[in-house]
Amino acid sequence: MELEAAKMIGAGLAAISLAGAGVGIGIIFGNYLTGAMRNPSAAQKQFPNLLLGFALAEATGLFGLVVALIILFAF
Amino acid sequence: MATNPMHQFSVHKIGPEIKIAGVDISFTNASLFMVISLGVIFTFLFFGTREKKLIPSKMQLLAEMFYNFIAKMISDTAGTKAKPYFPFIFSLFMFVLACNMIGMLPYSFTVTSHIIVTLILALFIFIAVTTIGFMKHGLSYLKLFVPSGVPAILLPLITVIEIISYLSRPVSLSVRLFANMMAGHTMMKVFGGFVISLGLLGGWLPLGFSVALTGLEILVAFLQAYVFAILTCIYLNDALNLHH
Repeated sequence: MELEAAKMIGAGLAAISLAGAGVGIGIIFGNYLTGAMRNPSAAQKQFPNLLLGFALAEATGLFGLVVALIILFAF
Repeated sequence: MATNPMHQFSVHKIGPEIKIAGVDISFTNASLFMVISLGVIFTFLFFGTREKKLIPSKMQLLAEMFYNFIAKMISDTAGTKAKPYFPFIFSLFMFVLACNMIGMLPYSFTVTSHIIVTLILALFIFIAVTTIGFMKHGLSYLKLFVPSGVPAILLPLITVIEIISYLSRPVSLSVRLFANMMAGHTMMKVFGGFVISLGLLGGWLPLGFSVALTGLEILVAFLQAYVFAILTCIYLNDALNLHH
């Protein structure tokens, strides 16, 4: 296989990691909503934790994007 | 017209080339936008705190809002011992926020979308937090890597994992900010390109997406500055209040 084509395929494969980030963000927001519906008075206090969890989950997906960029541009 | 979505991240020199001992320290558009960010922060806080009234003006209200926001965040996550580090975390938050927000303006440059900028910030935080930890607790700061209540068989494994996770902090902190800003801006440019290539007939759908994405990116710009600051607080909390 040519190197260019292999690079493109590798970068595309690295983007699959975003699926995991999607699942993670969905779980975080879904569980926050479930908890907030059960106990709305405690929901406001946990909002910073929600944002923190969202950012942490999103970052793992973006690491995949960084891998894709390294494959495409650094090699 | 630049059709490459990565074109917006290119750094180019403004003015003459300056070299000191073989190191290129010329003034670039990145440095220009850092200076602009600092100018914006300075102007905002200068006019916000110029007239200190009991009934605040709008600018004073905004400045106080930012102050209270960060002060509450620090006391919630790192406790009262972290109060002396308020100026550092406040300036860190304001700098990242200003850089992210100024990057949202069309034709501007996002300083935080370059990993070298965020990595230097994160490395500075990492080294500072480690130094503070060793200064406050001495060698017993190393207990951070040995959590209590773990079975003795698992302890070697857990310690290695804790050390690796501690060392990967600057990487994850910097890559999170850099990748978020870069991915968001690339996505906006790609959708902007769709508007042109689909023309008058089909370009309205990506145009709507572009508008929605701009809103999302402003949210992300704030959120990432907040996360950067709150993670710094959490790291400081580890160094100041050793729990294990």
